[in-house]
Amino acid sequence: MKKIIKFVIIDILRNKIVLLYTLFLLITSLSVFNLEDNSSKGLLSLLNLILFIVPLVSLIFSTIYIYNSSEFIELLVSQPLKRNNIWLSLFFGLAGSMTLAFFIGTGIPILLYEASPTGFMMLGIGSIITIIFVAIAFLTTVYTRDKAKGIGVAILLWLYFALLFDGIVLFILFQFADYPLEKAVVAISMLNPIDLGRILILLRLDISALMGYTGAVFRDFFGTTIGMSVAFITLLLWSIIPIALSVKKFKQKDL
Amino acid sequence: MITVNNINKKFGKLHVLNEVSVTCNKSECIALIGPNGCGKTTLIKSILGMVVPNSGSILFNGNNIANDWKYRKHIGYMPQIGRYPENMSIGQVIEMMKSIRKEENTILDEELLNAFKLNQLADKRMGTLSGGTRQKVSASLAFLFNPDVLILDEPTAGLDPVSTEILKEKIRKEKEKGKLILITSHILSELDDLVTHIIFMQDGKLRFRKTIADLQSETGETKLSKAIASIMLTHQQ
Repeated sequence: MKKIIKFVIIDILRNKIVLLYTLFLLITSLSVFNLEDNSSKGLLSLLNLILFIVPLVSLIFSTIYIYNSSEFIELLVSQPLKRNNIWLSLFFGLAGSMTLAFFIGTGIPILLYEASPTGFMMLGIGSIITIIFVAIAFLTTVYTRDKAKGIGVAILLWLYFALLFDGIVLFILFQFADYPLEKAVVAISMLNPIDLGRILILLRLDISALMGYTGAVFRDFFGTTIGMSVAFITLLLWSIIPIALSVKKFKQKDL
Repeated sequence: MITVNNINKKFGKLHVLNEVSVTCNKSECIALIGPNGCGKTTLIKSILGMVVPNSGSILFNGNNIANDWKYRKHIGYMPQIGRYPENMSIGQVIEMMKSIRKEENTILDEELLNAFKLNQLADKRMGTLSGGTRQKVSASLAFLFNPDVLILDEPTAGLDPVSTEILKEKIRKEKEKGKLILITSHILSELDDLVTHIIFMQDGKLRFRKTIADLQSETGETKLSKAIASIMLTHQQ
């Protein structure tokens, strides 16, 4: 398994895109911190950037990478190797290098300008979000044989998580404004890892007051240790469930 | 050595393998033949565990291959269309396979590697190779780890006559060592002098499994290709 992970990582490093992604994150994070006079404000701008760009790049790059590795996978499947190991090695290789890219790209600026618990939490959430979207890419590719269709599904999924989901939540909130929905919103936010990450960071930045009563409910729930643990377990489940489902499917897949 | 029991495989509505049962033993050289799309490659891929049959079982040395992977140590597989990571060089692919498959007591068989002079092309990227060179890489990899079973899917397609001769000579050598060799091929005349058994498939069904001698005496033809042709014609009617 180690050997395959090594080959995957070498192959990804040879592919310049991950290096460019690291550089892009590095430059934008540095410039965001330099633009704002207050580094906590910088963190907020960075948050929005991370929650937009990181899922997009992780999801689309991984999807295309897995499709392009179909030859590699086919070659390995006919060899004395466990299918689980092939698929998981590919996952660890991809998730590992994407997380590393994120860590270098945003970790260095955060350490330089905002080496606070909130900064570290942002690094942690960004890393989990990277892993979650790589896992979702594995799930979409294993279910769609056709490359164009698979990439299309990946783009739609990103649109859903990054944009559509919030729209749907807003729509529900307005339609049912007469009902006490605040608690339900906490539950709904668990359905989207990006939103969950955003709420967790915003609560730490002390601007949750801007979110009105819902913000207070969020604070009541996610502010407690239990709420925090529930949020992190949910994020972990978001990464484990897609990859587990994809492994199950891959074991039965015809190549 | 390999026992296939009533396997079925459907791709959507297409019934690619229909109750196929067959046994392959040591030191046999079996030609798997049949018209295009009759399920030859699917049968081979099922044996390799690349395709998972809908029902039925496949035994390798008496053990069911479902959810097993270690048995593939004993198989060398040359695919019909060798697909390799495009941006790896020949040398890297070979090194990778060695690092995956080599165990302490494996004796590498680099005869084909040297005969095809692939070492001189080691820096070439797989994506830039011609179909024939790709076939040479596939063939060399199949024989490299001295496996007990060789599964060759259309081994001579795309190879020039000189390389075909080299490969045939190699197959003959391995056959004499008592290995099981399973070949699919359309160009029957090339196999005439190698093959000991024939498996004939049609429409996903296994029509017969015979020795060459039986086949020749039944059809009255001495040339394998003619014998097969006459069988195919009778089956079509």
